[in-house]
Amino acid sequence: MQESNDILNEVTSGDYKYGFVTNIDTETIHKGLDENTVRIISAKKNEPDWLLQYRLKAFRHWQTLEMPTWAHLQIPPIDYQDIIYYAAPKKKEGPKSLDEVDPELMKTFDKLGIPLHERAQLSGMAVDAVMDSVSVKTTFKETLAEKGIIFCSFSEAVQHYPDLIQKYMGSVVSYRDNFFAALNSAVFSDGSFVYIPKGIRCPMELSTYFRINAANTGQFERTLIVADDDSYVSYLEGCTAPMRDENQLHAAIVEIVAHDRAEVKYSTVQNWYPGDKEGKGGIYNFVTKRGICKGDYSKISWTQVETGSAITWKYPSCILAGDHSTGEFYSVAVTNNYQQADTGTKMIHLGKHTKSTIVSKGISAGHSQNSYRGLVKVSPRADGARNHSQCDSLLLSSTCGAHTFPYTEIQNDTAIVEHEATTSKISEEQLFYCQQRGISVEEAVGLIVNGYAREVMNKLPMEFAVEAQKLLTISLEGSVG
Amino acid sequence: MLEIKNLHANINGKEILKGINLTVKAGEVHAIMGPNGSGKSTLSSVLVGNPAFEVTEGEVTFNGKNLLDLSPEQRSCEGMFLSFQYPVEIPGVSMVNFMRAALNEHRKYNGLDPLSATDFLKLMREKRAIVELDNKLASRSVNEGFSGGEKKRNEIFQMAMLEPKLAILDETDSGLDIDALRVVANGVNHLKTPDNAAIVITHYQRLLDYIKPDIVHVLYKGKIVKTAGPELALELEKSGYDWIKAELGEL
Repeated sequence: MQESNDILNEVTSGDYKYGFVTNIDTETIHKGLDENTVRIISAKKNEPDWLLQYRLKAFRHWQTLEMPTWAHLQIPPIDYQDIIYYAAPKKKEGPKSLDEVDPELMKTFDKLGIPLHERAQLSGMAVDAVMDSVSVKTTFKETLAEKGIIFCSFSEAVQHYPDLIQKYMGSVVSYRDNFFAALNSAVFSDGSFVYIPKGIRCPMELSTYFRINAANTGQFERTLIVADDDSYVSYLEGCTAPMRDENQLHAAIVEIVAHDRAEVKYSTVQNWYPGDKEGKGGIYNFVTKRGICKGDYSKISWTQVETGSAITWKYPSCILAGDHSTGEFYSVAVTNNYQQADTGTKMIHLGKHTKSTIVSKGISAGHSQNSYRGLVKVSPRADGARNHSQCDSLLLSSTCGAHTFPYTEIQNDTAIVEHEATTSKISEEQLFYCQQRGISVEEAVGLIVNGYAREVMNKLPMEFAVEAQKLLTISLEGSVG
Repeated sequence: MLEIKNLHANINGKEILKGINLTVKAGEVHAIMGPNGSGKSTLSSVLVGNPAFEVTEGEVTFNGKNLLDLSPEQRSCEGMFLSFQYPVEIPGVSMVNFMRAALNEHRKYNGLDPLSATDFLKLMREKRAIVELDNKLASRSVNEGFSGGEKKRNEIFQMAMLEPKLAILDETDSGLDIDALRVVANGVNHLKTPDNAAIVITHYQRLLDYIKPDIVHVLYKGKIVKTAGPELALELEKSGYDWIKAELGEL
């Protein structure tokens, strides 16, 4: 079957569609990280003193930490003094209404398929668009405000809703949590804030689109979602970056708080620039995402489709504190060429009769390394906890690696914890069968991969699912062998 | 329609086909019989372009085109269909999505727009009735968990969907009980028109009781050693292959 391997290898590789650079004046601060950097960022955002103090505490703590090395990743040394920690598209001179956005930025987001004109938008979706360190625009703010829903940039929330921010920020992911969380807490620049009041079902999908544009900068954003009692929200996050030869750092924090009977669905389609075929360039994606099901009968559901980034290090997790609360993690992680991903979840069962589901689908191609790492922990008082984990790996080449690292810590005899794992390969016979029916190898791979990932893709909101399906296929073009 | 001249083919360096000559015209049904290991399945694999086999010599023309220049998917779109002896399972890919992709590729190749979802589903309903394939099978993953008989019916169903000019049935009767055999054969007969043709590869006469061949060939040691009318199949059923081997001076 050697020949068919060759055919597979020859299939031309898909280009990264979002690799362009927007030519816009950018205001940046000096390279490097010290207390002064932290103070400058805080001052630029006109932050209250408590927040500056928080940042400084985080920074001092970060200085005592070493980068974690336990992941199955080979991370080249990162010079944290060689990164710009704040970059903002410059506002043009002259009188302007507050809502007016630079046409160049509008065009950029149009090109990315994220129109910022409310008229042009998909009905039922509100967007917060973040470029580099600042939020460019948030749509449908007023419509949402009528229901008491707050959806705005993090910086704006600090100004307008300081009490909510002070109450919840860092309550799920402390700055002491890990190296990257500490770094983010010191230098975070923008992101989104969502608050859904009691009893409100958010009538539209909320989404944040993150774009890195400036060179030599890192992006450090924070997202905080608070769902009050009996509320519901579905939130989506997308991200892209220009193609560059040097690596860029992205270290974000996402925190979710779900109160009694609240439900939060958080979906990610991560498509940061993955680097070229030889593994040059690409984003380092080191992200801490965690939600707490604080209230009884609350539910948090993470769905992620990870196709981009040179290196991914992320474990969207759920702390199931409320009794009868539910945590879910659905993941498709694709690695191609020299990409590396170490991703998974933690389900921490604290409350009684808590339930968690983990479905992880890894797809590895080229010379990539793809690891699932997951922890299921059941605490002594979590009577009747249930977990079901399913981790599947699909290999598309003989040079890639797929790894599964499941950890369980069970401290309660009544827990029922199940783990299933499979590893499979796309066979030449399957591809040939498709070809005999008129379907090209590329398309056959797309069909099979999408079929394999369907269980997870079905969890994505409709508007996203189609895009994500295409993305899967494109990410793997030229990868089978 | 199909013209094979002096076709030689190898697998892993071993020559399996040693000079096949065969002409198939529109409207004809050819049966190819022969003992195990004579090269019957290799011939079908080579015709549809299975990359495991290497053609070392010879020519194949299909509707005026040089078949050996075409990729497997082009051959399919040109109207060549293989009913596989062992159809492979493709977990996660539903029959509906699979057939839709296949059919639309064929349409694209012929300069037609893709079928709408409604028209496609209607066509699917219509065609699966031909082989009595129930709706549940059609919505399952390709061949996954299908019984042997269901897999074969599914092959003929796909044939009905794609309406090939030349259908090659590779031991479609193997592993079928008599009822399934009848269903499959009826399906094939139903699809027969004066404009298309079929090559039926089989060990046994019993399939040929249902699908009547016009011409019967015996393939032996990589060559067609005997060609005659339908009576040849009956003779083989009765007396086996020894008399042919004797004719070749091997016994």
